[in-house]
Amino acid sequence: MDKRTKITSILRQIAEKPIDPAPDESLFESGLLDSFSIQDLMNALETEFGISIPDNDRRPMKFDSIERIEAYLKSRS
Amino acid sequence: MAYLRALGCYLPSRVVDNAEIASLVGVDPAWLLRATGIAQRRFASPEESVATLGALAAKDCLDTAAISGAEVGLILVSSGSSERRFPGPATEIAAALVPAGIAAGTPAIDLPLASAGSLFGLSLAASLCRDYRNVLVIGTEVMSRAVRLDPTGRDTAILFGDGAGACLVSAETGFARVVDSVIHSDGEFASALRLDLDGPLHMDGRTIILQAAPKIPRAILEVLDRNSAKAGEIGTFVMHQANLNLIARVAQSLGVPVSRFFCNVERYGNTSSASLLIAAAEWWRESGQRMEAPIVLAAFGAGLNWGALLAAPYTG
Repeated sequence: MDKRTKITSILRQIAEKPIDPAPDESLFESGLLDSFSIQDLMNALETEFGISIPDNDRRPMKFDSIERIEAYLKSRS
Repeated sequence: MAYLRALGCYLPSRVVDNAEIASLVGVDPAWLLRATGIAQRRFASPEESVATLGALAAKDCLDTAAISGAEVGLILVSSGSSERRFPGPATEIAAALVPAGIAAGTPAIDLPLASAGSLFGLSLAASLCRDYRNVLVIGTEVMSRAVRLDPTGRDTAILFGDGAGACLVSAETGFARVVDSVIHSDGEFASALRLDLDGPLHMDGRTIILQAAPKIPRAILEVLDRNSAKAGEIGTFVMHQANLNLIARVAQSLGVPVSRFFCNVERYGNTSSASLLIAAAEWWRESGQRMEAPIVLAAFGAGLNWGALLAAPYTG
């Protein structure tokens, strides 16, 4: 499974519905993620990709779209 | 050695339910309850201020402690919603407590920290009581005047309420011994939660959750680890009452049932720095003013500031 597919799978689990956001679609403005599900996203990314996201990186804009999540994961690889 | 000697609180009499708030800000009351766990909050009357609320909570605490106000050597007052830039409410509260025996001239210090202020006050008091013997810590807020009660203030207006809490920290005796505390600050996210001089309250909820969710359990584990204690050994956790979701997530991170967390956010909403002491006061009274297992107090708020305090039962 490639990285984008994994991210989409995580987002579907958190949203608890079969969402299919465009890569550049805002996950917050579209209502796909709320204030609390973003913390679930952090936990899932840490588990799935074997990383620890430091507090200073925990900024909503870094995780506001699939493309931004991909960019963040790339910066950590 | 420092002890928690007594707790007290004061809540304004006006109950504001979700139907009233929802109609002002344009949301569904059922959604409001579901999203926040808050069913109602209290609003101060026009005649009340952070100082009058704080003085009533302090009086309640002193009455419960059954000591003369003259024995209080220092007053620490946390408030993020003070009506003016300076002086803060501390000296007004001290003056209002003179009839309760507080000596004129007793030093009174403001801690304008908002939500973590009471926890910081308790931590400071635990050290300062060596010099001042009995330190009265007060958290008092009129948050209803810091938010916009219209659709433009929807994200914050639904959360906050007014109230005050107080705790007497003593070098002499108490129902609990303060074992240890940790406090931390991080200005990197200072703009995410703030009340500018011309208001209203600004809160970037996503950033705050992303910071609070890991920092609170980490602080709790820090104070526990430092004292070779485990989360499972704690009888009750009393946390800043921000909302039920955050409290549940902290419980989950610590691996303890959420039932171990005392909650009253459904009745009072988020009363910022007052919430920790109001919750602690209600927990203490519901427990018959007795403790059988260690407790942890924890808070997080603007600054960012956060921390945790561990206290163990003390029977003298």
